[in-house]
Amino acid sequence: MTTLAALVRELAGLFVDDGSLALAIAGLVVIAAISAVLMPNLPLAAGAVLLFGCLGVLFGNVIKAR
Amino acid sequence: MFWTSAAPAVLTAFLSSLVEAVEALTIVLAVATVRGWRPAGFGAVAGLALLVLIVALLGPLLDRVPLNILQFVVGILLLLFGMRWLRKAILRAASVIPLHDEALAFATESEELRDKARRHEARLDWFAGLASFKAVVLEGLEVVFIVIAVGAGRGLMGAASMGAAAACALVVGVGFAVHRPLARVPENTLKFAVGVMLSAFGVFWTGEGLGVPWPGEDLAILGFAALFLSVSLAAVALMRRTEEVLQ
Repeated sequence: MTTLAALVRELAGLFVDDGSLALAIAGLVVIAAISAVLMPNLPLAAGAVLLFGCLGVLFGNVIKAR
Repeated sequence: MFWTSAAPAVLTAFLSSLVEAVEALTIVLAVATVRGWRPAGFGAVAGLALLVLIVALLGPLLDRVPLNILQFVVGILLLLFGMRWLRKAILRAASVIPLHDEALAFATESEELRDKARRHEARLDWFAGLASFKAVVLEGLEVVFIVIAVGAGRGLMGAASMGAAAACALVVGVGFAVHRPLARVPENTLKFAVGVMLSAFGVFWTGEGLGVPWPGEDLAILGFAALFLSVSLAAVALMRRTEEVLQ
């Protein structure tokens, strides 16, 4: 059981290091998905939210970490 | 058109495998130095076999998942994984956190094994083999994820696997030749590059999964990579300048 828990922790650690970064990425994906559903005629809007959101989240996160 | 999709995937798999293979080699070398090549080699080969098995089983299985679902899920995982790597590489480049030191990792692992040798001499070969196995599996799992993520669903699993295998072969070859940790490999620069590429793939795939028709199709990945690189370099420059002003 301990080994299994350690393995799960190890696997989760591959994707989540800083909780706030992971949470912000998840939030962005949700907003992009909502944009895609609400604006089917403007699919690039969801792409723009995703791309520029990720860039902004990354920049903000590392500057805050200093 | 094939190379616009394949080249970034193969390059990403190659570079990430290079970084992880260097880290795994450090542990395997430490094991070999303390206890000899037999347990070190056995553990490493067993670890590699497990990784190949995972790719062989998971790859064809993922090909059966509907493409848009696969793209969306793998895209999100790539974003989490790639931006985690990139964040760490930026913080290291800006000297906010220390660089990964292969010589220190080698010394720490060797000391841990010597300590175990003093306490459990009889079972040391087992511990040594397990340390080698664990290092190869843990570092290799990241490469397996990258190979699957950039290759599955686009018929690039073979090409990405070959990129990763070539990097492993290169590191093992150099490691055998010099018999010491490859401390001079510019690990953070490689991590920076891989983080940029994985983040770009992550945005592309998540968007594709949501039905976004990216302008330029696969070529958009290179544009995203350029944007991630620019923002990351700007962040490093800003943090360095702020540090200088504060001093």
